[in-house]
Order: sequence, then structure tokens, then C-alpha cells
Amino acid sequence: MNVLIVDDYNTMLRIIKNLLKQLGFNNVDEATDGSAAYEKVKSKQYGLIISDWNMEPMTGLDLLKQIRASGESFKDTPFIMVTAESKTENVIAAKQAGVNNYIVKPFNAETLKTKISSVLGEF
Amino acid sequence: MTDGHHGDSTKRDKVVQIINSVVSQVETSENISREAIFQEINALQDVIDQVRRDLGGTGAADINQKHIPTATDELDAVVEATAIATGEIMDACEAIQDKSAEIEGEQGEAIASEVMKIYEACSFQDITGQRITKVVSSLKIIEEKVGGLLSILGEKIPGIDYVREEEATGDEALLNGPQLPNQGVTQDDIDALLDDLFD
Repeated sequence: MNVLIVDDYNTMLRIIKNLLKQLGFNNVDEATDGSAAYEKVKSKQYGLIISDWNMEPMTGLDLLKQIRASGESFKDTPFIMVTAESKTENVIAAKQAGVNNYIVKPFNAETLKTKISSVLGEF
Repeated sequence: MTDGHHGDSTKRDKVVQIINSVVSQVETSENISREAIFQEINALQDVIDQVRRDLGGTGAADINQKHIPTATDELDAVVEATAIATGEIMDACEAIQDKSAEIEGEQGEAIASEVMKIYEACSFQDITGQRITKVVSSLKIIEEKVGGLLSILGEKIPGIDYVREEEATGDEALLNGPQLPNQGVTQDDIDALLDDLFD
């Protein structure tokens, strides 16, 4: 399965990539903002997208909305938001935009595994 | 209301009072003397001079031109330094992870598990980076506002003499803390300097 991780902090990209590797996900692509991520999404099939929220020029929320608006083949792409944004309004907005799960930073490997399992099934 | 605000409104009221007094006397008195008007205007001048001195003493110029730029530069340096250090920690973790994959059984798993905890802890850099970015944004807004105020004050109340902070002297001048990236001397420079000094 191809996984796309999106974050404007390289440290976080490395952390998530290494945690995913520990969980058995070895085909992991990276992007540093929503617009770069969307370009990748248009050209490759991803089984899971894990994205930060607060990025420029395109936020994770805008990326999610754009993906969900991109047609039948994208409306069910599993999308997990991993972000420091922790207000109720944020979670509601993400849910309304079609997010499958929401992880607040800082998080641990167990949380990441649990949320991925809840979206993809046990692995 | 702070003492500063109370003082400002008192001075403003005084200015208005004096102006009203001059206008009122001119309007109502047939024989107002030049001396009386001169006295009132002098009083007005004293108030304006006091306002100039008070504004000059706020240190607004130093806040905008020295303290805020220093603060934002130092915070940016913190983000950069923590990113570099975190990268090095993760390089080491990846090396350990590769080695632990060669160790079979519980020992290998135990090492991998501890490495995972280090990765999790490294996410501090993301959070601190975001918090510092928020602080820098706030400081830049303050800098803009103070700059705007200084500009308006300069136009509307010319002659404000902003008092600059005294530069440190003697041993105190040697207390500067870490230098920003690429601004301090390197260890090699220091070693070369010491060699020269002790020749």
C-alpha cells in the first residue's frame, strides 16, 4: 500500500515515516504542504494519507476538501489529520470535510497504530 | 486604567482646558491683555514639552530597532538549532534501528521499542517550532504597531528626543550570550587566536 505523509516540518515527516516503517508500511511518499501533496495524489494511488493541518500555501484541511471534491475515486481515500490544532471546532471542521480520523500532536506510536487500524482495519 | 493612561488623559485634558481658556478669554473679554494670552500659551507649551519628554523616555525607538529584532532573530535561531539537533538524534536512531533488526528475539524487539520512544519524544521539535513561530508573529505585529506609532508621533509632535539605552561598558559589555548562526567566531578561530596570543 502506498502512503502519503504531509507536513511542513521535516522532523515530523521523518518521525511519522519511521513509525510507519515499524508498523510495516514501507512505501511512504512525502510532501511538505497541501498543494505539493495534491500533485502527488493526482498522479499516484494512495491507500492512506496522513496530513498536518497548518501548512502554507495549502493547509491540510484544504487538501482534504480538494481530495474529497476530486471525484469518485478519491471520496473514500482514507485521510488521517495529525495536527497540533486541538480545538473542538477544528475536529468538527475536519469531520465535516470528510476526515477519517484525527490525531493531536504530540502523539505516540500506539495512537498512530490504533487510528490507522480504525481506518484500514487490523494489520 | 494604568498610571500611564491616566497621566496621558490628564495632560490632554489640561491642553484642552488651556486652549478653551484662551479662546474663552478672547471671546468674552474686551480688554484681554497680550500678557494673559502669552501666559496661557506658555502654559500650553510647557505641557507639550512635558509630553515630548515623556514620549522620548518610553524607549520606543530601542524597542522597535533593537529589542524586537533581537528577540525574533534569537527565536528563529532556537528553531533552527533544535531542528538540527533533532535531525542528528534521528540519524542515530535510524542507525540503531538498522542494527537492532540484525538482533533476533526479545533483545532486538526491546531495542526497537526504546528507539520508538525516542522518535515519539523528538516530536517536541515540531510543537516548540510551532509555538515559537506564533511568538515571532506576535512580536512582528508589535514591531509594526510601534513603528506606525513612532511614525505618526514624528509627524504630529515633532521634536521628540528618544532617549536611547546606554550601551554596556566594562565587564558587562562582555556578557552577550550565544551569537547568532554565522556571526560568532568558530573554535578554529579561537584556537588560532589563542596560539597567536600565547606565542
